[in-house]
Amino acid sequence: MGSTQRMSNGPNATASPWPGYLDLVQSASGLALGLFMWLHMFFVSSILLGKDAMWTVARLFEGYFFFGRPYPALVSLFVASILLLLMVHAATALRKFPANTRQYLDLWRHTRQLRHGDTSLWLLQVATGFLLFFMASVHLYLMLSHPEQIGPFASADRVWSGRMWPLYLLLLFAVEIHGAVGLYRLALKWGWFAGPDPATTRRRLRRAKWLTSVFFILLGLATLAAYMRIGIEHAPHAGQHYVPAWSGEIE
Amino acid sequence: MSRRLTFDIFRYNPNDPKSRPRTERFTLDETEGMTLFIALNQIRDEQAPSLAFDFVCRAGVCGSCGMLINGRPGLACRTLTAALPDTITLMPLPAFELIADLSVNTGKWMRGMSERLETWVHLEQAPEIDALELAMEPEQAEAIYELDRCIECGCCISACATARMHPEFAGAVGLNKIARFRADPRDRRADPDYYQLVGDDQGVFGCMGLLGCHDLCPKKLPLQTQIAHLRRGMLKSALGKS
Ligand code: HEM
Ligand code: SF4
Ligand code: SF4
Ligand code: FES
Repeated sequence: MGSTQRMSNGPNATASPWPGYLDLVQSASGLALGLFMWLHMFFVSSILLGKDAMWTVARLFEGYFFFGRPYPALVSLFVASILLLLMVHAATALRKFPANTRQYLDLWRHTRQLRHGDTSLWLLQVATGFLLFFMASVHLYLMLSHPEQIGPFASADRVWSGRMWPLYLLLLFAVEIHGAVGLYRLALKWGWFAGPDPATTRRRLRRAKWLTSVFFILLGLATLAAYMRIGIEHAPHAGQHYVPAWSGEIE
Repeated sequence: MSRRLTFDIFRYNPNDPKSRPRTERFTLDETEGMTLFIALNQIRDEQAPSLAFDFVCRAGVCGSCGMLINGRPGLACRTLTAALPDTITLMPLPAFELIADLSVNTGKWMRGMSERLETWVHLEQAPEIDALELAMEPEQAEAIYELDRCIECGCCISACATARMHPEFAGAVGLNKIARFRADPRDRRADPDYYQLVGDDQGVFGCMGLLGCHDLCPKKLPLQTQIAHLRRGMLKSALGKS
């Protein structure tokens, strides 16, 4: 920043409020996505409680228990809003990406030189964020276009016979690292929970961040394994939907 | 039982057309209580008379001796060699104009920042020099003084990935200055005025919260909480709530 660069705007200038709005939107969309990913993991991991449990959760989102019949379009609507949220978040977060070769080199050298935890985590956040662009979109489009195919067999068939498991495996790590680091950074950026002793808070937040990443990755791996096992068993009948033990009509 | 220390020091004089950027190696025996300031002077006295580096106070007050010590910014005069491994790499602070070897022009950068962010008290009216100064609550004076301890060494700039990628970023030193004047009741400026200065991506919204600045500030300024506080204030301004 040399003295030749932009001087103050002067008394009559009005700076745009947009940088403020965008920072808020980036953080709010990150927060919403981060919290949603926690809920999402609990929903999909219902398979660990059994096929009936997962079937029930899937029907719940289709409004089955409110309207007496499933409306998969409700799922599409919900997925569309998540996709929109993701796009808004990606668009605002893109402002922070390095934008040219010099900036990439600067960031890379700086991070290697400094050996500083939170700086290295940011590089990881940029990298996982970039991967999420593609991986999250593939998953979301599938859910958007086939909302009726969410269920113990339909999902397991997609994972195994539809060969989605490699993507889901990578997506799991990317999301759980990116989300946890993002939520940690949010707390630091906005000074949440700072209290009278911010250094202790930061240490605690860092531990919480690692614990949540590890917890959700383990839960995710167990869940993915469960779908893969069902998918392998069900492969000869791939495409057939699950019928819960107590019901003969639905699916 | 003293160690033999190896120094790998960046050498380059941009004003000398024959000079090429390189690293030169020096060795010397460590002595009791040796700081990098002592070591560098010894190297200059005995081995490399042309070696350029800056010192004034030797006590962590003037802020002129910042450099990259094994890759991390710090004050040479406040760094004991005992805290470092046998091999010590010294580089000039990045993000500032290089004068020569380890000497960089932090002054020019700081001046540009000060002019841009108007880092001085904006009084309501011209001061009456004959009148007694208004008293200030001791806690308030303390809070301002806490932030005024910044010595403009530039370590926070070199520790900040944002500042490295975006040379026009005000950095923690600049944001801390705004925080300092925001805390000062004598300054007539309010948040909408400060928003004009730091309410953009070159200011507080450019900060990504990596906290390199906070962790490496040699004066241990509370940069993390100050920047967060400023960010909240500037957001309120953007939303028209102040
Ligand atoms: C499931 C998907 C995602 C979740 C749960 C998520 C969550 C978060 C959260 C909580 C933050 C912190 C927000 C802040 O610092 O203001 C964040 C930051 C960030 N996100 Fe995401 N995100 C997701 C997808 C993406 C995608 C697709 C991108 C690709 C562009 C991305 C790029 C970034 C970047 C670069 C940051 C850092 C911004 C900064 O440090 O200021 N994220 N994310
Ligand atoms: S904030 Fe700290 S690191 Fe930055 S210039 Fe001031 S004293 Fe140096
Ligand atoms: S918190 Fe990070 S991005 Fe913000 S000024 Fe400090 S080092 Fe730079
Ligand atoms: S010589 Fe003044 S701070 Fe080091």
